[in-house]
Amino acid sequence: MNLKIFSAVVFALTTLLFNPGWAQETPSVDRTSTGGAQTLEDIMARQKQLEVDESFRSENLGDPANAAPITGPLGTQGGTSVADDYRAIRYNKIDPSTQVRGPAVDVLIQDEGMDWLQLREGPVLTYGGSAILGIILLLALFYFIRGKIRIAGGPSGTKIERFKAIERFGHWLLAGSFIALALTGLITLMGRSFLIPVIGHEAFSPLAIGSKWVHNNIAWAFMLGLVLTFVMWVAHNIPSKLDWQWIRQGGGFIGKGHPSAKKFNAGQKIVFWTVMVLGFSVSLSGLSLLFPFEMPMFASTFELVNSILGTDFPTALAPHEEMQYANIWHSIVAFLMMVAIIAHIYIGTVGMEGAYEAMGNGQVDLEWARQHHDLWVEEVQAKQGKGESS
Amino acid sequence: MKVMIAGFVAALVIAALAPVVLDQFGWSSAERWSSETSVRLD
Repeated sequence: MNLKIFSAVVFALTTLLFNPGWAQETPSVDRTSTGGAQTLEDIMARQKQLEVDESFRSENLGDPANAAPITGPLGTQGGTSVADDYRAIRYNKIDPSTQVRGPAVDVLIQDEGMDWLQLREGPVLTYGGSAILGIILLLALFYFIRGKIRIAGGPSGTKIERFKAIERFGHWLLAGSFIALALTGLITLMGRSFLIPVIGHEAFSPLAIGSKWVHNNIAWAFMLGLVLTFVMWVAHNIPSKLDWQWIRQGGGFIGKGHPSAKKFNAGQKIVFWTVMVLGFSVSLSGLSLLFPFEMPMFASTFELVNSILGTDFPTALAPHEEMQYANIWHSIVAFLMMVAIIAHIYIGTVGMEGAYEAMGNGQVDLEWARQHHDLWVEEVQAKQGKGESS
Repeated sequence: MKVMIAGFVAALVIAALAPVVLDQFGWSSAERWSSETSVRLD
């Protein structure tokens, strides 16, 4: 009886041992039935995400010495067959020339494109979309717990100029173009998955074409707005010791105290630098996408990163791979910006009483200014006392 | 409010002018890679 059980266990273990699903690589495949071409086992192994040795294809590029004559049945083109040629193209074993003018035209097959597509349609779309929904839910929850941050003691009725017209113009140029870019970018990335099933291909087509036009062209307004706001506000956003105190007191969001701050508090400085750094990065990758193949950046960036961190990022990239990296990076950075800007919009509108006026008409309540930017108010009043402009 | 609308309008004006200006610098999506030596089938 025990011997039978033992035999059954040994049989089961042996079966599992020889099951390809447990192996890291597929066992050697007999391809005589296909004349050396891939078999059903190869295809199934790839579908199971197993490593498949591609050398049976990448090395099988034809042998001119044994080629069938061109006049014979299944004759070749004088040395290699069409299949041989395409394998050579796919595995980059030839040096092609073409009469077509333009960059990257000699790349006819690029396998890495499938990785890009899966990354774009999978994690980028899923995690990016989840991040946007997550921050909206988090802010809604915060609103219900904390409520609107009111002006303690109510507004004074006296106004003070917070931002000049040129500052507000730069802000709204940046903000308006960013919102247009975010919406059209989301339509471009997610339209196939979420809009086509709802509105159909016919309605989505003009929407996608319009989104592309708006996205490509309003990007210049975004970059101009980024430069304008950087020039106007960088001096006010240099980190200082005050910022640390502001952070330690939770910025006044937690509790009822209002930490001291100059023109911009630490929270606003974080938003400023987030927008500047991510905005610069998204602009660079956007330019790379706007001028295809003419501004490759990732091979040289990877080279630099490898030399500093000792990493092993690929540095020999096909022109299309450069574009694919730029596209993925562009999407990731854009999602991070969207999350930060949604939080910024919240606190500038429904989250805080009196905050919107700063960018709405430039005039804020003096009591609001004293509670959130006390040191700035003192500076402005001191200058006004001397007859200078704020 | 007026400045906000001005910012939005400026963004749209820049977007409308961008292709025209880029064309002046020789960037045109329709013709950028064609040349007299290119083989055209159409």
